[in-house]
Amino acid sequence: MTVQHASPAPDTAKRPHSGGPPPRSDRLRLRGWSRADVAELAGALLGSFALTWLVYEELTTLSGGLGFVVCWFFAFLVTYWAMARNRLGAGAAGDRLAAATVASVGLLLVVGLVAMLVYVVAKGYHALRPQFFTKDQYGVSPLAKPTAGGGLAAIVGSVEQVGLATVISLPLGIATAVFLTEVRGRIGRPVRLLTDAMSGIPSVLAGLFIFALLILSHVLPQSGFAVSLALTISMLPTITRTSEVVLRVVPGDLREASYALGGSEWRTVRRILLPTARNGLITAAILGVARVVGEAAPGIIDAGSSPKVNWNPFKGPQENLPLMIYEDIKSSVPADNIRAWTAALVLVFLVLVLFVAARAIARRRPGGTRRPVFRFLDRKGPS
Amino acid sequence: MAGTGSKLIDFEVRRPRQDVIFRATARVAGAMTLALMAVIFVALLVRSYRALHLVGIGKFLTTQQWVPEAGKFGVGSLLFNTVMIGVVALVIAVPVSLCAALLISEYSPPAVSSALKTLVELLAAMPSVVFGYWGLEYLTPRIRPLSQWLANHLAFLPIFKVTSSSFAGSTFIAGIVVALMVSPVLTAVAQEVFFQAPSGQREAALALGGTKWGMIRKVVLPFGRGGIVGGTMLAFGRAVGETVAVVVVISATATRQVHILQSGANSISAWIAETWGESNPIGISALMAAGLTLFLLTLIVNAAASVIVNRTAKAGGPSL
Repeated sequence: MTVQHASPAPDTAKRPHSGGPPPRSDRLRLRGWSRADVAELAGALLGSFALTWLVYEELTTLSGGLGFVVCWFFAFLVTYWAMARNRLGAGAAGDRLAAATVASVGLLLVVGLVAMLVYVVAKGYHALRPQFFTKDQYGVSPLAKPTAGGGLAAIVGSVEQVGLATVISLPLGIATAVFLTEVRGRIGRPVRLLTDAMSGIPSVLAGLFIFALLILSHVLPQSGFAVSLALTISMLPTITRTSEVVLRVVPGDLREASYALGGSEWRTVRRILLPTARNGLITAAILGVARVVGEAAPGIIDAGSSPKVNWNPFKGPQENLPLMIYEDIKSSVPADNIRAWTAALVLVFLVLVLFVAARAIARRRPGGTRRPVFRFLDRKGPS
Repeated sequence: MAGTGSKLIDFEVRRPRQDVIFRATARVAGAMTLALMAVIFVALLVRSYRALHLVGIGKFLTTQQWVPEAGKFGVGSLLFNTVMIGVVALVIAVPVSLCAALLISEYSPPAVSSALKTLVELLAAMPSVVFGYWGLEYLTPRIRPLSQWLANHLAFLPIFKVTSSSFAGSTFIAGIVVALMVSPVLTAVAQEVFFQAPSGQREAALALGGTKWGMIRKVVLPFGRGGIVGGTMLAFGRAVGETVAVVVVISATATRQVHILQSGANSISAWIAETWGESNPIGISALMAAGLTLFLLTLIVNAAASVIVNRTAKAGGPSL
């Protein structure tokens, strides 16, 4: 456990360097990089690269690819550690080694995932034409180009199914969140626990459940609406948990002020709590949508795909975007495999937009209730 | 609030009834969650009764084949293969996600940290079918040399042994894809608890002359232990339930697959999606029973994870 500080450095940090050799500051640095740090890092990277190149490519018969990168990485860690040990001592060198390992592995994950998104864009944009949004796949020959037809059937299905699911789960989710923050009582704990457990239910089970409950007993036919109900089960816990968090951060002062003025619990919730948390609740809804818009499994079980646009969610098979991608991947027609990338690009873009919108709205300051959509909250109560 | 004096009095007269209705409604909404979980369980149980009655629960849990027409089916191999994919995914995802979480909470400046946090949340929302397709088209050919290498050098371990030369669609590849899918979730949970490590203890550790890594090891990681364990279980629950990504990547097999590098893998959820279209009534009942098994598995894992995460968040970690 050594830290790099010894000689008192008379506030060199405050004065700009005025020529001459840079004053040596050995003060404890908690953040930031000194020039020596940067040089060490660059040196270790370059040196280990050169060494690995020499050994791996020139002296042995090995060549290329993953092996090289892995060897380079380990050579880098050893070099970096040795350099730090030389300059700063064993303790600090261990610290450096840990930092380098953690940072590179962490970055590897992030970079890998971003690379996947880039790959989707690179594969998907070739066959993306405006008609993807206006035409369906009905009557398109298997020999046609990947650009023929479009994904309208899937887009219509996705919009209707997710829309219906939102209409059902938003009020229910917010009501549950209000219950968890304002009412609680004896069943509060089990409800919380099961909400968490519910968020882990795989979407394929949600689809299976709707099939078992409603379709096998002929209450509903296989249809887009059955898919909506299955999506509701995946969406509900997301909305409940996010809403609960935003309702919880509404300042207690506001509630108390309302009660002190004689407001009832209901009026406090409707006039104070919900309007204050409005932005957060919209965010919750959008996150719920983003959570389910990519679920293919309920579609496989509860609706089945159809190449033709089906505007009626209550009757007949209705495709959605993830289901279209799934079917196109499984298809043995090469053009379909390419279409799957196009649809994947559209879906990823959709999730991205939803996500950015959710963030932007979450960041807005809480306001009054003047926005037209929420004007009903401004109406006078039944008093 | 447009409240006036007269209305105040009005309120007091009305308050009980209004609030009784409000509280009742909120309770009903809360109870819906409880009821829904119960109904899911009962519905799956009722629909799987026929299949379970035919073969018996003990046989169903151990039988390693799936031929519903012949009355021979069970989750013996499916359950094993499901857990294998989950375990492979966790072995990869846990260390990587912990590093990513530490990078976000400890090693990056605030601006970078919040950008990374947003990115991780975004990646957690990415559709699984996209991960699956990427795994099939991009990862499968590129992971082949690694599989080959592992098979050549670590074959003395039974799980790395291969009996055929095909590496595509293996438990290993499915595990990697699922690992990438659950990593953002795990990272988000872990980074959340790391941020909560008390700054007093952090500063104390540094003031005593500890290095940053020493501080992380002695303060941040012990404090976050519950979050790590809970997050890992959460990720496991996700991993075993993952459907479409797995279906797309694997070459489905109905037998128990011990060799993770070898072509042929499966999971309960993948099997349900894969065989759904071609099932007759008894086949559907058998799949319902398989679904029920998965439901109980994920329910237990997730409830336990939730308890552990919440307890840590409240307790405030170990004292110095």
